[in-house]
Amino acid sequence: MIHAYQLNGYNIALDSNSGAVHLLDDTAYDCLALIDGDDFSPECPGHILQALAEQYAPEVIKEAYSDLFALYEAKTLFSEDTYAPFAEAMGPAPVKSMCLNVAHDCNLRCEYCFASQGDFGRGKKLMPFAVGRAAIDFMVKNSFGRRNLEVDFFGGEPLMNFGVVKRIVDYARSIEKEHKKNFRFTITTNGVLLNDAIIDYINKEMVNVVLSLDGRRDVNDNMRPSVNGKGSYDVIVPKYQSLVARRGGKQYYLRGTFTKENLDFSKDILHIYEDLGFDQVSVEPAVLAEDVPFSLRDEDFDAIAAEYERLADIVIAKKKAGEKLNFFHFQMELDGGPCAIKRLRGCSCGNEYVAVTPEGDIYPCHQFVGEDEWKMGNVLDGTLNAEMKQEFAKATVYSKQDCKNCWAKFYCSGGCNANNHQFNRSIYKPHRLSCELEKKRVECAIMIKVALL
Amino acid sequence: MKHVKTINNANLKESAHKGGCGECQASCQSACKTSCTVANQDCEKE
Repeated sequence: MIHAYQLNGYNIALDSNSGAVHLLDDTAYDCLALIDGDDFSPECPGHILQALAEQYAPEVIKEAYSDLFALYEAKTLFSEDTYAPFAEAMGPAPVKSMCLNVAHDCNLRCEYCFASQGDFGRGKKLMPFAVGRAAIDFMVKNSFGRRNLEVDFFGGEPLMNFGVVKRIVDYARSIEKEHKKNFRFTITTNGVLLNDAIIDYINKEMVNVVLSLDGRRDVNDNMRPSVNGKGSYDVIVPKYQSLVARRGGKQYYLRGTFTKENLDFSKDILHIYEDLGFDQVSVEPAVLAEDVPFSLRDEDFDAIAAEYERLADIVIAKKKAGEKLNFFHFQMELDGGPCAIKRLRGCSCGNEYVAVTPEGDIYPCHQFVGEDEWKMGNVLDGTLNAEMKQEFAKATVYSKQDCKNCWAKFYCSGGCNANNHQFNRSIYKPHRLSCELEKKRVECAIMIKVALL
Repeated sequence: MKHVKTINNANLKESAHKGGCGECQASCQSACKTSCTVANQDCEKE
């Protein structure tokens, strides 16, 4: 499967099945559009010569055609899709990744919060240590031979229960060697409760920290007010700067959300980078029901796509100037990255990755929390719904009909199952706007690679 | 080649046969928590 597109003056062809990316001149690009990959003959067919006769000389067309045929022979153009048997063979896998909702409570009142301002509509609750310990034991047991186990402290706001976070970390560290495991901790915080002691602890124990900030002060404070209605920007920004300054180069992300109210979100990313000094940035589209006034809708696609293109130009200019600005969704390793098997199933929620509530209830991921029909077990009694796990395990890019023939399937891996369910009531039916935005980001990410050659 | 420049060494097919160790990070744990970009994740073996 080929995706050929023009962006920023470049003609780019992606061969989805091999992952090969080719930069084409105009003749080759126009020629490619006329080639049938199922009937690619060594000689340039007459109909192609005819169709392009007004634009190019016949010998030039034949030359371009022959270049493309060489790629075909090298299996980097129209290469065969051979992955379906791998996808079919996929089944339930060890549980090796957990989102621990240590606090169903929050000290901000973010307008777009999917967790009903922290309590997931179920009342405020903090996770007792006994539940956290049981979650760690559950993962050690259910991860079988997997060595690397991930725990993301999440909420609500996890710093509201930081004492328990530390006890859970200590407990996991105390048992990891005997079980031949390697725990990797991360935390996602709104920053309000950060202080020097917490910053030092996070910087020591957490391999990644996700710091929530939407960008410019007015944009952030519009969506992320505190309980008393005041904005959070002035409280959190100095704390984030202190954390990153003392982090010693370890991984972090300034993570924001954009809505219909800041479709010019490249300015927020630039603000985070240039004015505040953070070079690891992830700003993502809010996924909200269409009746929410600031939700992103299909009609916003063109504006968002144009903004991604503007952002791509900014990233190119910064990189060419020797600067380090990493935008999470433009990050792409064309020669490596995850293996094809990983790409068949993506986040693997409900299978390898689950979320645990303060009560110990297990859900496929943090976004399913609070929906009774998706409760799949509990860490205290060790239950896990095998049938539901199987349903998620089989959710691959080949079992999702819309993904099967999509050129971008090995980049998004079938999208977010929770979003699919939210909009289409099926984890197997991708959310269309999310798909279109993902495709745009992939196009930009590849184009950036080409521009920086 | 005069008309085409290949940007990378295609290796996805090869990775299907030697991949699938399951040790790498769940993509949703990295930075997003709401959407899914997998191609920017690191391979644990590299």
